[in-house]
Amino acid sequence: MSKPIKQIHLAAHFPGVNNTTVWSDPAAGSHIEFASFAHFAQTAERAKFDFVFLAEGLRLREQGGQIYDLDVVGRPDTFTVLAALAAVTERIGLTGTINSTFNEPYEVARQFASLDHLSDGRAAWNVVTSWDAFTGENFRRGGYLAEQDRYDRAKTFLRTAWELFDSWDGYRIPADKESGVFLSDPKAGTFEHRDRHFDIAGRFNVPTSPQERPVIFQAGDSDAGREFAASCADAIFGRHSTLGPGQEFYTDVKRRLPSYGRTSEDLLILPAATFVLGDTDAEAAELAVQVRRAQVSGQTAIKFLEQLWNRDLSGYDPDGPLPQTDPDVSGDSISKGRAADRMYRDRIAVAREYREEAAAKNLSIRELMIEKTSRQSFIGSAETVATQIDELVQADAADGYILVPHITPGGLDVFADTVVPILQERGRYRADYEGTTLREHLGLGSPRKTPAGAEAGAAAGTAAGAQAEAESEAAVPVGALQ
Amino acid sequence: MSPDPLLHLAVALDGAGWHPAAWREPDARPDELFRGRYWTDLVVEAEDGLLDFVTIEDSFGVQSTDFNAVDDRVDQVRGRLDAVLTAARAAPATTHVGIVPTVVASHTEPFHLSKAIATLDYAAAGRAGLRVQISAKPYEYALIGRRTTEPVRLADINTAEVQTRIAEHFSEAADYVEVVRRLWDSWEDDAEIRDAATGRFIDREKLHHIDFEGDWFDVRGPSITPRPPQGQPVVTALGHSSIPYQLIARAADVGFVTPHDRAGAAAIVAEIRREQEFAGRASDTVHVFADLVVFLDESAQAAEERRARLDEVAGAPYTSDAYIFAGTPSELADLLADWRHAGLTGYRLRPAALPHDLTRITRALVPELQARGLFRTEYQASTLRGHLGLPRPANRYAAVAPAVAPAAV
Repeated sequence: MSKPIKQIHLAAHFPGVNNTTVWSDPAAGSHIEFASFAHFAQTAERAKFDFVFLAEGLRLREQGGQIYDLDVVGRPDTFTVLAALAAVTERIGLTGTINSTFNEPYEVARQFASLDHLSDGRAAWNVVTSWDAFTGENFRRGGYLAEQDRYDRAKTFLRTAWELFDSWDGYRIPADKESGVFLSDPKAGTFEHRDRHFDIAGRFNVPTSPQERPVIFQAGDSDAGREFAASCADAIFGRHSTLGPGQEFYTDVKRRLPSYGRTSEDLLILPAATFVLGDTDAEAAELAVQVRRAQVSGQTAIKFLEQLWNRDLSGYDPDGPLPQTDPDVSGDSISKGRAADRMYRDRIAVAREYREEAAAKNLSIRELMIEKTSRQSFIGSAETVATQIDELVQADAADGYILVPHITPGGLDVFADTVVPILQERGRYRADYEGTTLREHLGLGSPRKTPAGAEAGAAAGTAAGAQAEAESEAAVPVGALQ
Repeated sequence: MSPDPLLHLAVALDGAGWHPAAWREPDARPDELFRGRYWTDLVVEAEDGLLDFVTIEDSFGVQSTDFNAVDDRVDQVRGRLDAVLTAARAAPATTHVGIVPTVVASHTEPFHLSKAIATLDYAAAGRAGLRVQISAKPYEYALIGRRTTEPVRLADINTAEVQTRIAEHFSEAADYVEVVRRLWDSWEDDAEIRDAATGRFIDREKLHHIDFEGDWFDVRGPSITPRPPQGQPVVTALGHSSIPYQLIARAADVGFVTPHDRAGAAAIVAEIRREQEFAGRASDTVHVFADLVVFLDESAQAAEERRARLDEVAGAPYTSDAYIFAGTPSELADLLADWRHAGLTGYRLRPAALPHDLTRITRALVPELQARGLFRTEYQASTLRGHLGLPRPANRYAAVAPAVAPAAV
């Protein structure tokens, strides 16, 4: 029996505050003005994408005690942009990354339920958590919990939000003018959640929204993270966008679903990916080299290297060899507010590998960093890229991709205009939206209504399980999410 | 403040209107209270009437007739959407009218709300504001679980204990506004340089930590969002007594007050002006708007009858902190023209029923005021600060360039 042909899912990530975004390009526009977001979302909607995605970071990054100034800096408030986008689009899903550490479940549940109402059922939540007191310095609730407690709180946060979303139990308001019954249930929205993190009770004041719960994204990659996603997420914002690792991840996550009573269709795997298009493959390849050089300037290469070495390397020539000194492992990280800050577990060993690789390939600092920070890109003519994406999806390396253009806000246009029509022509991608809600675009049914405690409990109770959400920020392609 | 010949007009949007039975009116849309298009239609209507701005009510708790507890009534509107998101949903559909959502200081993070209102200001191209509100209801504190507060009985309102507690709520609100405002200024206007030659996207000398330390929170900054188009979006607050009047005088651009006659208005305005002077803001424009609940119809009798009919449906006469007006648009114009001599610079009208009383404001009251030379006949500005005659303020953190180059040393 031959495997059925899969339909490809596509979504778009608004270019972020990292070096993926080439702000120096003459075509680069504002990353703050609403017109940029409107343009981006309308392009994605024209291309019938499932959703647009916004990242979040709650403190400006610093390096060496100073605000990092080489990348795009600054971004608007996620919820507010998404609600405004609901006014200028009709179908496309609106996915926001919202931190669970520096918020309260009642408020966030209220915001997502409101967004889901205001967008007629298009809201989605990429749940992340922060661990650092650095970011906490901007908030009432900053950095006073032990690290392990923060992970546990994050998990409990999501569970509590579900209880709130479910508290009206799908109840619709009769608002019957004749009988004078606005609510038929005087207790609608009643909830009570009492544990060591949240001791809250009362009545949630937003009625059940069109999707009942926003679509839940998870970005964890560890074993526990995968387990957690398998137990309760609707989609994974993945990091494995090449064939081999993609298939491995895909297979591993999907095989976990049956034990939670779920099927392969209940959880979509959508890795982030960049793209460079040209009239020919050769032209695209040439362009991709230029883009990489723009993304990793000499200054940026030195800054990247400093993040690993954890010391000031400003005296080094980016076009010269790597430092022979070892990283400083004695002090606090010189880089603050970056997902990657915690990723170097053994700086000295990694530095040694870097030196060996640079020596073997005769690479300068900049050349090495261009290689090291490289991520999967779809590079080629529109035909080639359409084929690459289709093959990866049919080979179960992914269910689709979240595309991250390197130009704000027009970088998506060429993809919408050239690649999408080819995929549509081949019957691998929708010619138009069939449903109105994001759940429908993603082929998801109603959210599961198992007791909320049981759901998140699947990954709970172990230190490893708790790590799952903690990784959400870090376990994504370096930079792509920032 | 030099007298402006024109009145300022705002409308307070809440559910189906301010009367609890408004949702049962024939033209009410109670089944759409949770839809984006309902709110967009109302804001567009306000803009068609050239109003300065709309406010959008909010609260964390479900509405209740009992101040201290949820009443479980089923015959009134219950439930509401987040006001900031509702404002954002309406912003792109309009081009001139100001949009001022309520922000609950007691339960939210000033860092989040500062960037949310800044972002609303971007989405609305310079038309955002906020109305800062405290929460003193115990059942709302229980929704957040961070802390508790004791019930407030109206009979005890003037006791020292309750007054102290109210003062604390407003003190927190004052800190909150201070943080929100500092964060708006934490980026200088020209901080984004995109200097390809040096590879720098920003001039980090033009970004500032705010280093706020207070009794309720410490906030380091800078904001993650650049300074909004208006520099400082408009801050508003409602007050009924001296403690909130101080907040209005010290921190707000517009205060909403609830006099019940012209003399009462004069007393309140005088107190706020005094407080403004104490706060060193005598030269700043601080608008004082009277809040009025309005029932507007073609005849005074029709308005009174409608009010009586709604009261009967509700099962009790409607009462309000604000003066309740029922009459014709022309009679209301008389009142507005009269009370302004008490020093009020404008009014925030609370439509008793939506859309009826809103459209009576925009389509009957406004032409009446225009005919009397008391209201604009077209928008003269495109920002909310512009409508209110507020200049775009200098950034508190910007280094002031010396007027004269220092002599060479």
